[in-house]
Amino acid sequence: MGDLGASRAELSAADWRAGGFGVYVHWPFCLAKCPYCDFNSHVARVIDQDAWADALVAEMRHMRALTGARRAGTMFFGGGTPSLMAPRTVARLIEEADRLWGLAEGAEITLEANPTSVEAAKFQGYAAAGVNRVSMGVQALDDADLKALGRMHSVAEARAAFDIARAAFRRVSFDLIYARMGQTPEAWEAELRAAIGMAIDHLSLYQLTIEEGTRFFDLHRRGRLSVPEDAVAAEMYAITQSLAAEAGMPAYEVSNHAAPGTESRHNLVYWRSGDYAGIGPGAHGRVTRADGLRLATATERAPGAWMAAVACSGHALVEQTPLSAAEHGDEMVLMGLRLAEGISLARYAAVAGRPLDAARISAMEAEGLVERRGERLVATPAGRLVLDRLLGELLA
Amino acid sequence: MKDLAHIRNFSIVAHIDHGKSTLADRLIQATGALTEREMKEQVLDSMDIERERGITIKAQTVRLIYKARDGEEYVLNLIDTPGHVDFGYEVSRSMRAVEGSLLVVDASQGVEAQTLANVYQAIDADHEIVPVLNKIDLPAAEPDRVREQIEDVIGIDASEAVLISAKTGLGIPDVLEAIVTRLPSPKGEAAAPLKAMLVDSWYDAYLGVIVLVRVIDGVLRKGDRIRMMQTGAIYQTDRVGVFTPKMLETDVLGPGELGFLTASIKQVRDTRVGDTITSERGGCAKPLPGFKPAVPVVFCGLFPVDSADFEDLRDAIEKLALNDASFTYEMETSAALGFGFRCGFLGLLHLEVVRDRLEREYEIDLITTAPSVVYHLHMTDGSMREMHNPADMPDVVKIDRIEEPWIRATILVPDDFLGDVLKLCQERRGIQMDLTYAGSRAMVVYRLPLNEVVFDFYDRLKSVTRGYASFDYQMDGYEAGSLVKMQILVNEEPVDALSTIVHRDKAEMRGRSMCEKLKELIPQHMFKVPIQAAIGGRVIARETISALRKDVTAKCYGGDVTRKRKLLEKQKAGKKKMRQFGKVEIPQEAFINALKMDG
Repeated sequence: MGDLGASRAELSAADWRAGGFGVYVHWPFCLAKCPYCDFNSHVARVIDQDAWADALVAEMRHMRALTGARRAGTMFFGGGTPSLMAPRTVARLIEEADRLWGLAEGAEITLEANPTSVEAAKFQGYAAAGVNRVSMGVQALDDADLKALGRMHSVAEARAAFDIARAAFRRVSFDLIYARMGQTPEAWEAELRAAIGMAIDHLSLYQLTIEEGTRFFDLHRRGRLSVPEDAVAAEMYAITQSLAAEAGMPAYEVSNHAAPGTESRHNLVYWRSGDYAGIGPGAHGRVTRADGLRLATATERAPGAWMAAVACSGHALVEQTPLSAAEHGDEMVLMGLRLAEGISLARYAAVAGRPLDAARISAMEAEGLVERRGERLVATPAGRLVLDRLLGELLA
Repeated sequence: MKDLAHIRNFSIVAHIDHGKSTLADRLIQATGALTEREMKEQVLDSMDIERERGITIKAQTVRLIYKARDGEEYVLNLIDTPGHVDFGYEVSRSMRAVEGSLLVVDASQGVEAQTLANVYQAIDADHEIVPVLNKIDLPAAEPDRVREQIEDVIGIDASEAVLISAKTGLGIPDVLEAIVTRLPSPKGEAAAPLKAMLVDSWYDAYLGVIVLVRVIDGVLRKGDRIRMMQTGAIYQTDRVGVFTPKMLETDVLGPGELGFLTASIKQVRDTRVGDTITSERGGCAKPLPGFKPAVPVVFCGLFPVDSADFEDLRDAIEKLALNDASFTYEMETSAALGFGFRCGFLGLLHLEVVRDRLEREYEIDLITTAPSVVYHLHMTDGSMREMHNPADMPDVVKIDRIEEPWIRATILVPDDFLGDVLKLCQERRGIQMDLTYAGSRAMVVYRLPLNEVVFDFYDRLKSVTRGYASFDYQMDGYEAGSLVKMQILVNEEPVDALSTIVHRDKAEMRGRSMCEKLKELIPQHMFKVPIQAAIGGRVIARETISALRKDVTAKCYGGDVTRKRKLLEKQKAGKKKMRQFGKVEIPQEAFINALKMDG
């Protein structure tokens, strides 16, 4: 793809300060709200695709002004349900991103898709628009559970959609949720084996989390939804780790499994604390300005308000908060230790302005929770299992 | 100076909530001492914490001018006394400063233990007592029953009790008239050498220490050189006057009068409640009887949660001590808690009041260690030493015996709850001394080791009687007991701040209860944490906190970073409220909550 004539030297910063640079586009609409989902999604039946494309393009231009010239290594359409976008809308946004930043040679362009027949019909169109990877929200390989999760597809439909996706894209991943209501470790193991049989090279396997502000949260609080307790969930996590690794897709992140070399490069940008431009309602971004100041950005969440703001001022940013060295350092650790590769202690020290506490690292190393590998620090499998607590101990 | 025949000095004796402050407000209002606009509810309780708890810590007075039905004008001096058992000595001094009392009893609730304690003080001080039945406007009021109870329990004639409602103002003129006609006027000689009692004192940022005095004989004037007979200190008075309740300088106070003096006194500590004030030259020969120095009976450690706040805590404690001579402090170092202070208090309420003030007025987060009594250690070499802190316990082989303080507790309780009260006292090693009935209420007198009461006895008593019991105590000597020091080990390390002295027979139960409590109070760690109670080297109870199994966010992408970072900030703030012991973190509230017993 073209590079708008900006000098090569400028664009060699594609690997933006070692974390990479990606463009995220948020499509906030869903056909229905899932009872476990706390993402920024809104139910809408009729969407003016062209008006939305115009507005997203406008905001993308604003973000380009913020980032300056640099090359994007990845692009990601998330949501909501981005597979509700018309292929032409996707095409326009990819073209615009390429025009503004220059998408690198072989850039990864991912779109999240629901595995229904309606959406599968659009896969060829997305591929033609430039999408080269899809991530499908299969969620379960059990019809009763799919219903309980509020999904509109069946297992058969999901399998069919997956086959269509395989034909259209070289890279296809899908998501499953485990530790669901009433699920036993045995049931999960069987389901996971089936999923591994179906998978190409990438799987996202999430433990069901009861998030505040969801219908599941209310049900759970009223005692009408019971999920496996921590010890059982930990057992399922262990099963997940070993089965996926056996199948050649070890965990490269807490919930993400891939054959080496097929990791989601866009998501790696987040975990490696790279830069990302967040476009669309409720999108978050991290942008390092030319003067070295790193900004945390966020846009207006409500679709109507977002549209109005973009119409009025060309963007809907509600937050552009400079991050302190310490905050940047904290983010690097809390994201980076999710990865099997861990973090670079040298890069941390450079960003945070001071090294990580060596005594604390040694204490945790003695507990078998972390490990120094050369100049890198990684959380061991045992450490990753209690990562949230570990971070508190390490960074507080 | 008013002539003695036209002065009446009185106090109001009442249980919390029976309407003492409201009645005082009505009397002030009825005599026009303050205008409506100046009238703030419950003028006399000035400190926030006092107001919240409905208790008075410092004595205060107000001078009322009352034109009686006989056409004469009288000066009525009301003294508002501290209202709690911890301040018994202060109460006794205030009582000695007046000649009569209004005994205010809630006409629906009847007499309470605290009322009894104070009314006995009034009787000891030879007061004339006028019973006043308050809240007679309430449907539940039973004036006849309560009148009978006053006669039975207290043994004073209640047939002419004044019936009032302090809230509505009903009966207030009758109270004023009863003060004039039924209470005696003070006695004294204006020509005799000055003899005045130091009733109380407090610190004022502008005036220095303000001393509340009652002149017995002679005349106190502005500019007089005075001598404190107990401390021997000499001062020159800068101001002499009365409270209306505002300070009003009169420059002179004659016999029988209550008022204040200031004399550039820097600290409350320089004034002793109950001391006798006389003239520097030609003073009186003998001081007033009954002076006692304040002796703290309950000790605990106060440590800042954040060790960086130590200097702030020192400043706060010093400032507080300026105004509270009964509170003692010295620096303490704890292996577990770092630098702090070992503080002595007159009792548990006093402890709570001081702690609350430090936390609230000075905004310092505190860790309060287990309250301890003062033990007498009789050593094998024949010497005796006092121990204020279990951490200071010497090697047991050097100790011949340990003596602990006992109290004599009086509890009044509706007979429905009597069984629970007896059980509670029995569990706390109590020895029953007396049990009598007055109507449907029982009065139990128990001897109890203070050690067993000092922590949560009062809370437990309130809970087993649903708040219907009232409680009062006085110190009752020292006795040898089979006492041992129990240590708590968290993750194999002793935590000195959790050490306690317990009776040998109670040790195992106590140890088990503390281990169970700590298991709930200490959060799970990434490894398992054993908790043990031990006497000497012997473990008597054990619990284990299991290791955290799983704690990791499943989904964390670009849109989640900010939220996660903010959660981390919260986690960091939470850690500041914890104390690190080896590898284990213990939340501050664990230090006090671990000691609460359920049964």
